[in-house]
Amino acid sequence: MTEVTMTVNGKSVRRAVRGNELLVEFLREQLRLTGTHVGCDTSQCGACCVHVNGELVKACSMFAAEAEGAEVTTIEGVANADGSLNVIQQAFQDHHGLQCGFCTPGMVMSAASLLKENPKPTEAEVRHWLQGNICRCTGYHNIVKAIMAASGQDVATVAAE
Amino acid sequence: MYAFEIERPTSVAEAVTALGTEEAQPLGGGQTLIPTLKQRLAMPSKLVALTAIADMKYVRRDGDTLAIGGGTTHGTVAKEAATHFPGLAGLAARIGDPAVRNRGTIGGSIANNDPSACYPSAALACGATIVTNTREIAADDYFQGMFMTALEEGEIVTEVRFPIPEKSAYMKFEQIASRFPLVGVFVAKYADRVGVGVTGASNDGVFRWSEAEEALAGDFSADAVAGLTAPDASDMISDLHGTGAYRAHLIGVMTKRGVAAAS
Repeated sequence: MTEVTMTVNGKSVRRAVRGNELLVEFLREQLRLTGTHVGCDTSQCGACCVHVNGELVKACSMFAAEAEGAEVTTIEGVANADGSLNVIQQAFQDHHGLQCGFCTPGMVMSAASLLKENPKPTEAEVRHWLQGNICRCTGYHNIVKAIMAASGQDVATVAAE
Repeated sequence: MYAFEIERPTSVAEAVTALGTEEAQPLGGGQTLIPTLKQRLAMPSKLVALTAIADMKYVRRDGDTLAIGGGTTHGTVAKEAATHFPGLAGLAARIGDPAVRNRGTIGGSIANNDPSACYPSAALACGATIVTNTREIAADDYFQGMFMTALEEGEIVTEVRFPIPEKSAYMKFEQIASRFPLVGVFVAKYADRVGVGVTGASNDGVFRWSEAEEALAGDFSADAVAGLTAPDASDMISDLHGTGAYRAHLIGVMTKRGVAAAS
């Protein structure tokens, strides 16, 4: 076991971790932040996406010990200061960007990274970016709409019939 | 995963010392190694994480050479190599997905030498130099077949040095489920030669398609490739995603597209 210190959603935490303990296990099992999901555990599905030092990372494919000194943000840390949904979360609700909701935390974290890098993405850019996030309800059209809406763009023509 | 310890040195020298332990293994970005460990296909006693070594993360231009630190992520190469070497930046920008590109490193890709990895095709086509903590190795000597390289036990890829081509492009025909190249071809045109590196196709791992290199050196056009005989299908990987003959055919198609797209 090694001691690891990191900042998670603005709070400093210090815990003992196993060498083979994944960041997602640390977040879910030690910190009980269960909003970060484990879908495939093979780094394909993206349900475990979090931000580490501001960058999108699959928490199932990084060890907790490697986050020593890092700033980690999970889905629990992205709402507005008053607790209301942030613009991306609200857009997912408004545009029915989820059905079962399992992939949603990863989708929201992934979308936030995209909009930080590319504030006005095209529909094609959104779809390309989401290559690493799988939705088993096949709800991609509305997810893409929600992300376009969150970027302040008109969504009337997105995924038009 | 089996149990192991993890160390996080902050310099190459410390990493080399840590790797002196029996059954210790270096960990780059972990985007291949961590899934491998989960399947219990490896049983290291200790992982030496290279991600905290700041000196191994850079993209530097020195005249006609682009030097990339072994710990540089694909995402950083995609951004920082774009103005100097667009062909390589384009390759890096299409590896995996955005989250994978934020962790996976060029050193890890080159050290693992997966037969379907993207970077080895560029390293071979460009005649890159693989720099380790002890020596410099020419790409032609470095890649030695599927998952095989010239690296010794405990040797770390600290830098990959690319001569910048006049024109280049990477063409990837994706295996649709994994997004790894079913066949990937890197074409690099220099004043005096052309390099064609092929990944994903051969049972022997990444290779140079020398017939195409010769033909393109005299006439850098898609037509120059059209008349060539495809590489021997019996040497190509044959699996449920594609037969050897299919892959051999794709090498020609991807090379032509690469020549047409080179910039």
